[in-house]
Amino acid sequence: MKYPSNGRFGEFGGKYIPETLVPAIEELEENYLKFKNDKNFKKELDYYLKVYAGRPTPLYYAKNLSEKLGGGKIYLKREDLLHGGAHKINNTLGQALLAKKMKKKRIIAETGAGQHGVATAMACAALGLKAEVYMGYKDTIRQKLNVFRMDLLGCKVHPVYSGSKTLKDAINEAIRDWITNVESTYYLLGSAVGPHPYPVMVRDFQRVIGDEIKMQMKKINKTPDTVIACVGGGSNAIGTFYPLVDSNAEIIGVEAAGKGLKSKLHSATLSAGSKGVLHGMMTYLLQDKEGQITETHSISAGLDYPGVGPEHAYYKDTKRIKYHSATDAEVIDAFLLLTREEGIIPALESAHAIVEAIKVAKKSKRSESIVVTLSGRGDKDVEEVQNYLNKNVKN
Amino acid sequence: MSRIKKKFAELKAKNQKALISYIMVGYPNEKDTVSIVRGLVKGGADIIELGFPFSDPIADGPVIQNASTISLNKGTKISKFFNIVKKIRKETEIPLVLMTYTNILYHKGYPKFIAEAKKAGIDGFILPDMSIEESKEYLKATKSNADTIFLISPNTSKTRIQKIAKVSTGFLYLVAVYGTTGVKTGIKNYTIKAIKNVKKQTKGKIPVGVGFGISTPEDVKKYINAGADAVIVGSAYLKLIEKTPQNKLEEKVSSFTKSLKKQTISKK
Repeated sequence: MKYPSNGRFGEFGGKYIPETLVPAIEELEENYLKFKNDKNFKKELDYYLKVYAGRPTPLYYAKNLSEKLGGGKIYLKREDLLHGGAHKINNTLGQALLAKKMKKKRIIAETGAGQHGVATAMACAALGLKAEVYMGYKDTIRQKLNVFRMDLLGCKVHPVYSGSKTLKDAINEAIRDWITNVESTYYLLGSAVGPHPYPVMVRDFQRVIGDEIKMQMKKINKTPDTVIACVGGGSNAIGTFYPLVDSNAEIIGVEAAGKGLKSKLHSATLSAGSKGVLHGMMTYLLQDKEGQITETHSISAGLDYPGVGPEHAYYKDTKRIKYHSATDAEVIDAFLLLTREEGIIPALESAHAIVEAIKVAKKSKRSESIVVTLSGRGDKDVEEVQNYLNKNVKN
Repeated sequence: MSRIKKKFAELKAKNQKALISYIMVGYPNEKDTVSIVRGLVKGGADIIELGFPFSDPIADGPVIQNASTISLNKGTKISKFFNIVKKIRKETEIPLVLMTYTNILYHKGYPKFIAEAKKAGIDGFILPDMSIEESKEYLKATKSNADTIFLISPNTSKTRIQKIAKVSTGFLYLVAVYGTTGVKTGIKNYTIKAIKNVKKQTKGKIPVGVGFGISTPEDVKKYINAGADAVIVGSAYLKLIEKTPQNKLEEKVSSFTKSLKKQTISKK
């Protein structure tokens, strides 16, 4: 769906926001529409994406893994090679540059695993802006290295102690800060969620992933038969999928099934959720019978969110995109397999997509090609994996 | 005529402004909610705003967030809430307004939730995350059934104030400050300006209530003097409730309410 001027993807999206934020959201949309096609803005952003972040990222044929599985060819879109180690920088550079054009001096952001917080801190340091990041207390513990990285980058980290102390609560607190400091502050949202225009704006800053995939596949005279990415809020996925929704490729988003969809300990919003309103948008949510948002679980902090971007909700209902899920156990296996076969340590988030790629590859012909977005690198996760392996020693 | 409209008409005749008292249902527990309401009525509150807890209250500060969490942990459910409302309705005709977040109504279905709330005795709704752009189905379901009280902020434009006033009934809720709910001190110049501006735009067609950060009799006086038709006090009640032993709740809530209400009565 192109630019939805009413802010809706089908019935999803919209802007369910406190009145105080209405002028800020209007100002944001006005400026975004003005700058997104502005030649100088695009030139400046392209410059930073290229020489600062390291775009374009390679499309790597995972030969060892593909041959081991014996089916289709797996190609990895290497967003893990970007500055900061994840696709998040695509969006933070775009929005930080926009904030600068809007003459905002103070930037706030939320973060789950810390990747968006780090990418925000980097973009703000590079562009001379002041950043403050909200992070659930639980996440500050399991991703303490990223907290220190933000600290080093000159960014203030506010631990959030309310609710489940994870990403959703960090978003709540960032919104509260924004309501309080609405005139001076720019809210740099990290996923394709929130009130309009955030979902479409974040998608547009991330679509560079899918645009490059298209070009890179063309160069080797191929079109992808299957395209796969992991989905939490869904920014790397929508960035990957959006330029390809009009192609013939089968598109699959992979959610976190945690300890299994029946266990209630998961974050598979599209697979197991129902419609509702949270964080300014109508979308699929994990909630109880009363409409209270439930706590989520995933081995990867970045997918630990009870909502999902409204455009994904739309593609689920229109059936253009399939949404599957992967359990923690499957994710660890895929993490280890990719690491050993290719020497690439994927983020646990991205390993969800690898799980699906393995399943598809096993069932497909050698002539078929499977493109997987490797949204981030796994250095931040090695301790988590070590803990998991120590707890689950195989007999 | 709705209970809320009637109340404002009565107060006008008596040359009084309205005191709207907010409490969180199920905080500190279900039983005490009824005693607290008795205290409010006894103390002279004109309208009671009943908060129903939501897991993610983005417009609320720490005091109401904490009360929401406690209420949810104590097992507050929609059906229980409606039962409490019915109990209150047996004792008093005071206007009751429900304040919660959009998802609570949306999830049950606007028509169903609103019909059941109305039947229990709720007179109006305040949803801080419901913007007028997204309100079509909500308005359709509330139509002539209950009052829809929308919020206005100090930074709301003149044309938007008009649009919001058009779909609001009962009263308009002007947010006094940039920020979330909670106890603050003093009245800001921009708030006084905002009150005057909203009054000017609405030309007395609908009462203007002011809330967020109002906590003492002195505050009430200042906001009334600035032109508010009603003041809304919330977090200050929850703080009082937190430190008051159960057997003193009704009495303490009543005397605090009296001290606030006094400021809304013109001394002429």
